[in-house]
Amino acid sequence: MIHFDNVTKRYPGGHEGLSNVSFHIEPGEMVFLTGHSGAGKSTLLKLIGLLERSTRGQVRVAGRNLTRLSRGQIPYHRREVGMIFQDHRLLYDRTVFDNVAMPLVVAGLGHLEIGRRVRAALDKVGLLSKEKELPITLSGGEQQRVGIARAVVSKPPVVLADEPTGNLDPTLSREIMSLFEQFNDVGVTLLIATHDLNLISRMNRRILVLDKSRLAKDSAAEVPC
Amino acid sequence: MIGKSRKTRKKSAANISPRSTLRVDVWLMRHLQVALASLGRLVRTPLSTLMTILVIGIALALPSGLYLLLNNAKTLSGNWDGAASISLFMTQETSEQRAEQIAEQLRNDPAILKVQLISRTAALEEFRQLSGFADVLDSIKDNPLPSLLIVEPRPEHAEPIPAEALLARLRKIQEVEFAQLDLEWVRRFHAITEIAQRGVMILASLLGLSVLLIVGNTIRLEIQNRHAEIEITKLIGGTNAFIRRPFLYNGAWYGLFGGISAWLMVAVSLLLLDNPVAQLAGLYQSGFELRGIDFSTLITLLGGSTVLGLTGSWIAVGRHLHQIEPS
Repeated sequence: MIHFDNVTKRYPGGHEGLSNVSFHIEPGEMVFLTGHSGAGKSTLLKLIGLLERSTRGQVRVAGRNLTRLSRGQIPYHRREVGMIFQDHRLLYDRTVFDNVAMPLVVAGLGHLEIGRRVRAALDKVGLLSKEKELPITLSGGEQQRVGIARAVVSKPPVVLADEPTGNLDPTLSREIMSLFEQFNDVGVTLLIATHDLNLISRMNRRILVLDKSRLAKDSAAEVPC
Repeated sequence: MIGKSRKTRKKSAANISPRSTLRVDVWLMRHLQVALASLGRLVRTPLSTLMTILVIGIALALPSGLYLLLNNAKTLSGNWDGAASISLFMTQETSEQRAEQIAEQLRNDPAILKVQLISRTAALEEFRQLSGFADVLDSIKDNPLPSLLIVEPRPEHAEPIPAEALLARLRKIQEVEFAQLDLEWVRRFHAITEIAQRGVMILASLLGLSVLLIVGNTIRLEIQNRHAEIEITKLIGGTNAFIRRPFLYNGAWYGLFGGISAWLMVAVSLLLLDNPVAQLAGLYQSGFELRGIDFSTLITLLGGSTVLGLTGSWIAVGRHLHQIEPS
């Protein structure tokens, strides 16, 4: 599903965000990406979501070669990749419902279909009762769940999460992780960047470790069920 | 070649997202929603919206008002065109009876509508009364003034070229000493309105440009205010067209409402001018009336202002939307 072949990302000024990284993630896998801050976790995710482009090497997602994708095709690619951020990136002047509905509105779905899917997604993350509220009135964990609902509402085959539990306490973090496992159960490919080693060590999933922009370790041991 | 590569690109884009094939009714519905949503956004900030609209209105009211005045002046000169007359001064030897005969002949001319005879005696009498030289005139034995025929051509012969032809024909009458076509000043008036028209056009272009800048700047600020929204929309796969749309509608609304306010300003100004103009026209025994903005001019004004607003926002969006990329 996600293929990195000798990928290097060099920023203007010579700093390398990623150096010669190669790995494959199969469809339906749930993989953790870890490493110290500045090791290149965010850079790797950005390359998959085409927020940035690789300097060298090839990135392929769902069979598409991202190096060759034109600017005009980027939006269509992003609709296939749900992204979750540590800072949620919600719109605070819109209700929870409207926030979650955005990917569907962008994709041009009909009114009824949007309502149905948004409620299903909100139900999944346990926020159906808060659909009319503004995100600012919600707790951090709830806001993160709104962000997750938005990322999965259009049922993308790939979901990326950048430090999704970064600001949450252990209990809430576990809740978020169990949500991710539920998505994974229905076939969604997940790549989750986190430095919470405690949390992921107990989850028995494949872990990619980045160190100084290089792939230091790939524990392709456990196979997802 | 270019066309082909575009086609294949489009095809692969469709492959990426089969859901992006929109139905027409959904598409129309979306546009209507976006149009109404951007209208609602304007209504929610009434003061700043009103100020922008008024500035656009004033910028548009100036050229449209001047254009209207010019048009009115033209209809006025059109009336005068019809009144263009030819003065025929008879020779001194021509008797009043002969002048009367000539006048009678000319009245039967198909090109001529009316002939007025001012006889030598009548002319002298008028001159005596108006000039104040009565004493001097009394001391002159002979009447120095000739008889005068004022010939008014039919409308179809009153245009400059046929009027010249008629003038040439009348000059050939033996008793005519001197013939003059009173058209020169009408021509000068035409030339002046021509210049004024050019001036209004230049002014309209400059003020149209200012509308572009006003709308462009307003939309630029709007884009800055909605930075986060644009960034997030790009993150979740919003195309540039999708992001551009509400701003374009915004610009179009500004233009349309600016045009409407310009129309109202001009209409009110005309209303204020109507009475004094009617009084002045009354003093000249003229039935002249100020003409307001007719339907086609109104459509042109509103259409033009909407296009200006749309173009202004298009420029702003084109310049600033690409600068916002998610990171």
